[in-house]
Amino acid sequence: MSEQAKLTNSILYLDNVSVAFDGFKAINGLSLYLEPGEMRAIIGPNGAGKTTMMDIITGKTKPDEGDVWFNGNVDVTKHDESAIATMGIGRKFQKPTVFENHTVEDNLLLALSGAKPLKTMLFGQVEESEAERIDRILETTRLGARRHQMAADLSHGQKQWLEIGMLLAQDPKLLLVDEPVAGMTDAETEETARLLRDIAKDHAVVVVEHDMDFVRDLDVRVTCLHEGSVLAEGSLDHVSGNQKVIDVYLGR
Amino acid sequence: MTVVPSYQNTNRLGHRFGLGKMSLAFIVLLAAAAVIVPLCNLVVPETSPFYIPDHLVALLGKWLCYAMLAVSLNLVWGYCGILSLGHGAFFALGGYAMGMYLMRQIGTRGVYGHPVLPDFMVFLNWKELPWFWYGFDQFWFAAIMIVLAPGLLAFVFGWFAFRSRVSGVYLSIITQAMTYALLLAFFRNDMGFGGNNGLTDFKDILGFNIQTRETRATLFALSAGFLVAFLLVTAFITTSRFGKLLVATRDAEGRTRFLGYRPENVKLFVWTLSAVMAGIAGALFVPQVGIINPGEFAPANSIEVVIWTAVGGRGTIIGPVIGAVLVNGGKSWFTGLFPEFWLFVLGALFVLTTLFLPKGIVGTANDLWSKVRRKKPDNTEGSAVLQAAE
Repeated sequence: MSEQAKLTNSILYLDNVSVAFDGFKAINGLSLYLEPGEMRAIIGPNGAGKTTMMDIITGKTKPDEGDVWFNGNVDVTKHDESAIATMGIGRKFQKPTVFENHTVEDNLLLALSGAKPLKTMLFGQVEESEAERIDRILETTRLGARRHQMAADLSHGQKQWLEIGMLLAQDPKLLLVDEPVAGMTDAETEETARLLRDIAKDHAVVVVEHDMDFVRDLDVRVTCLHEGSVLAEGSLDHVSGNQKVIDVYLGR
Repeated sequence: MTVVPSYQNTNRLGHRFGLGKMSLAFIVLLAAAAVIVPLCNLVVPETSPFYIPDHLVALLGKWLCYAMLAVSLNLVWGYCGILSLGHGAFFALGGYAMGMYLMRQIGTRGVYGHPVLPDFMVFLNWKELPWFWYGFDQFWFAAIMIVLAPGLLAFVFGWFAFRSRVSGVYLSIITQAMTYALLLAFFRNDMGFGGNNGLTDFKDILGFNIQTRETRATLFALSAGFLVAFLLVTAFITTSRFGKLLVATRDAEGRTRFLGYRPENVKLFVWTLSAVMAGIAGALFVPQVGIINPGEFAPANSIEVVIWTAVGGRGTIIGPVIGAVLVNGGKSWFTGLFPEFWLFVLGALFVLTTLFLPKGIVGTANDLWSKVRRKKPDNTEGSAVLQAAE
């Protein structure tokens, strides 16, 4: 496939992207290509540039060089965080970031109201379609029983699910999920894998994760990053059999 | 538009003005005071125990204006996390706009008897009215300026500050610098606002003598009315979806960006609205105290507003009103006894509130109340909580 065809067929297209902080090259000639509807797991040692990559895709960090295209036609580097979120890239942070002083359902309401006009925000009522979507997301994330609880009172795992639920409420074309199972119990981890597989049915998803059992559970294509560029890519067995990957990451 | 019960029933979002019982009762009381206090002053005979003397009406009216200022600060600080240390500037600008109207009403009754120029301009040997005093002989023009002057300053200030993502303590510092710069500017005689004497010696407002008891009682009623309106506006905004976004912006501004919101616009809207509210408070304040001078721009004034709001309870609807009235009441009483110690008391009050009542009086009362309610089935325990709190 030519590069042009690759670009037009992609949901996310990174080509030779580099960014440096005070001379340290956090991302170094990174190229990554994701088809619509694909789920991809990203692994790699600390400092490999996984989170920086997400910062670039969501507009938090501007790359020094290279192209970042979303949906085959949007140059991500020309937009800011709000605009990128509105276009359809949702992000879950490594540390769960929910609105602690709001109830679970209000967190979801805020997530699905993004970029509505001020008049609707001030005077609008919650519409039937919105209430139904909130109900559906609460069901998917199994937080229905907690809908009236303050987000601050949720357990760590529940906060992670709520944040995934907020991603769903945004209904983005592409979801970036940073270490969703860090600090979770085994049961919660399994539940999260189920949730993400469910979501991947109709969204493109990029998951950054260290937990290899979890990555195996997801059963998707894996990219291993190291020092800001791609070390290996393919099925988990292919990647974990790669001698370089074993040397820098798995073997340690 | 139809609303589905599954979300709404359990949440007050649909019930606009979703006020708690306590706030609602308080607002009704305030509205009643707007009528009762003037009646007790004007109609009730002086011998009656229900008579409210003139000086008390004036004092209460002044406190109501301070309360309005605190309510406006609460909207940005309590709900959106913008700690303004310069809200007094918006108050003073509204006050000056009103003062300019009142100056133009003096006419030939000034000391120098000049038909157009206010006394201070004659004294400074000015020959004609500066252009920015044009139009202030008309009340409607002054009314527009009362809203426009603080609103425009806040809009321009906020546009640059929020767009450059200045926040937290840095923003607080530049608000303080803003009010200080205005203080220095208004002190200058050639600014054309009366220098350090400010504007005073007012005679009429809308054709009514400003000194009469009737006019003063009316000004009191208007202040109470505006305060009620401000409280309802706060309640309306904070219970709307926009209000939820305000709190979200306060707690995790960065996160709202990744949901597609623009926190700089959210902040700019409440910031400008709040400045307009502060300006109206200032405009009602000036005819009741009879003077406006650059002292109102003093940084210490703005900091006091922060203390009132903190003591009453920021992020609660009625907290700032209670804080403003209590602290100013305390000030009136205390400065009568030990005038030189008031600032120490004020400082101590702020430190103690921060340490022991971080949610302020109303916030703490709300917490206790919900604790008691949660434990209602077990009555003995409920009262134990109350006693422990007392």
